[in-house]
Amino acid sequence: MSTIYNLKREAAKPPRLTGGHRLCAGCGAGIAVSGVLRALEPEDRAVVVNATGCLEVSTFMYPYTAYTDSFIHSAFENAGATCSGVEAAYRALKRRNKVDGTVKFITFAGDGGTYDIGFQSLSGAMERGHDMVYVCYDNEAYMNTGIQRSSSTPMFARTTTSAVGPAQSGKIQPKKDITDILVSHNVVYAAQTAPIGTMKDLHTKSHKAIYTEGPCFLNILAPCPRGWDYPMELLPELVQLAVDTCIWPLYEVEEGEWRITYMPKKKLPVKEFFRVQGRFRHMFQKGNEWMLEEAQAHVDQKWERLRERADL
Amino acid sequence: MKTALSGNEAVAYAMKQINPDVMGAFPITPSTEIPEYFAQYVADGVVTTEFVTTESEHSSMSVCIAASAAGARSVCATSSCGLALMHEMLYVAASSRLPIVLACVNRALSGPININNDHSDSMGSRDAGWIQIYAENNQEAYDNFIMSFLIGETPQVRLPVMACMDGFITSHAVENIELLDTEVVQGFVGTYEPEHYLLKKENPLAVGPYDLSAFYMEHKVMQAEAIRASKARILQVAENLAAISGRHYGLIECHQMEDAELALVLIGSSAGTAKASVDELRQMGQKVGLVKVRVFRPFPAEELAEALYHTKAVAVLDKAESFSGCGGPLFAETRSALYDLPQRPQLINLVYGLGGRDFTTESARSVFERLAQIAETGETGPRYAHMGQRTRGSAT
Repeated sequence: MSTIYNLKREAAKPPRLTGGHRLCAGCGAGIAVSGVLRALEPEDRAVVVNATGCLEVSTFMYPYTAYTDSFIHSAFENAGATCSGVEAAYRALKRRNKVDGTVKFITFAGDGGTYDIGFQSLSGAMERGHDMVYVCYDNEAYMNTGIQRSSSTPMFARTTTSAVGPAQSGKIQPKKDITDILVSHNVVYAAQTAPIGTMKDLHTKSHKAIYTEGPCFLNILAPCPRGWDYPMELLPELVQLAVDTCIWPLYEVEEGEWRITYMPKKKLPVKEFFRVQGRFRHMFQKGNEWMLEEAQAHVDQKWERLRERADL
Repeated sequence: MKTALSGNEAVAYAMKQINPDVMGAFPITPSTEIPEYFAQYVADGVVTTEFVTTESEHSSMSVCIAASAAGARSVCATSSCGLALMHEMLYVAASSRLPIVLACVNRALSGPININNDHSDSMGSRDAGWIQIYAENNQEAYDNFIMSFLIGETPQVRLPVMACMDGFITSHAVENIELLDTEVVQGFVGTYEPEHYLLKKENPLAVGPYDLSAFYMEHKVMQAEAIRASKARILQVAENLAAISGRHYGLIECHQMEDAELALVLIGSSAGTAKASVDELRQMGQKVGLVKVRVFRPFPAEELAEALYHTKAVAVLDKAESFSGCGGPLFAETRSALYDLPQRPQLINLVYGLGGRDFTTESARSVFERLAQIAETGETGPRYAHMGQRTRGSAT
């Protein structure tokens, strides 16, 4: 099992999330999921768990599944418990010699299923210490129901339930820091990543999460062309901007040690990221300069805090 | 083995004997003792079950669903609000055709919060697609729990089973009980060998699809066929149990019904109380009887019609309100079951025992008195009423 990343080798592996699924063109979720699953060693099996959401309804529409591995979805708010149940069954059946080989357990849920409605179930699963990876594909709103705000939606973003009008300018509250909360659960490995460049960061962290024993958490930025309102071909550039503005810093926390895994050559102003998305359009109207300033100050403060924690 | 146990301990002991693969556990009165006893079995190393102590009943049912889909025999226990919190997941368990066994220790639902017995919790789940079996006493609670595995896991059924007993009255009262030897129980339930499961190496499985209108209806019809098929299976398993225990169980239990003119229909521990009244009245020469509904899902409609067709007046006793404004759930279904008879008895409904309100032999006798009047005069009076409550305005 080589840990040195080789794009050619990884790309040559047969995909475990196969084509034919019904996710939108320009969606980050499918790329995130196939990137995580590619980190599985070919000889290992997996059970993939989904919370209800875009990913689930697009990848397992009866009678077709896009996964080559076993898969289970049962509800929106219980992806953590569902993965716990499969893992518990594995332990029990292993003990009784009723299951062969190595099986890995990977859960995918959107930000709604992770930050909000599935939070309790996730917290319970992590506290109990199941050997599993919980992956949040974070597109910063309830996209499957038509773009409603979640606690992951950033401040000022327009959604259908954080509207823009004379009395309100998008979401009032800042984004919840779920990765930090998961770090506080003392999980063995927590990381924030994104599908950028050669996918090295995503791959390396996924491999580590899958092959580190115990509960691991990955938060992956997964832009949504419908909800964020960007041209679909802009996806890679948009993710790169999120990382280079430090709106979505890439880092990992292992045994309490924080490590920034990507330092932008030049930290870009947040408006570079906002400018290409319809959900932030109102921030560029005359008189709304304060929104950009406030958003910049918020990101700067978070980034400084992260640098301190990483001892930089 | 003859001993004396509470209902909770009897069910926990059955769980120990069965040694299931996975248990999802979360405390709620009055079912809490079941996971408590089981936790001790785990600590003592006498079971090899994966004991998953979740952060809610919603998660304990979710764990059972996932574990069952993964190929594990899965159990849990709950009551009242815990069952209500599982509500969404109960439907998922049934529609995914997963033979989970749940010990439901019946308790009133909030609000107001009340920890005592009635059937509002499991009656609220009656349409979730689970088989529901109700126990009158500790012996039945033990026997029903053991039979549940063989009923649910059989390929033509593949449905989850709720084995219910009355909170405190049955769960906490210590009664004489006859336990089967562990080897006998293990031989009886066998091992769980599903055809398809998530951890099967040869063939990956996908569970829980997004099901469009092109297939959803077919899946629901298959589920409806499965619960109908379970009726025969329940009786077959009961026969198998009788062979090893000498104890006989049907979908319903008829007590003194052969020539009965007046009858009660009821569920659970109140049957024991009412049987005493029936026997007493029989000694006085009154033709009274009682039908205890053991299995509520599938509903024993034909059996009830057969048991009641020759009676003159029947009182259906519901230990749950359904707020339909015209009777409780057992009444609605019993009345429907009698509709196709050429001649039907007069039927009344009494909702009783809510939130632990006592039901005594005197209560049962008073119902028979009313039935006797109905039979004599042909006047039913109000068909739907409550019994045992204080009149409005009286404080004591």
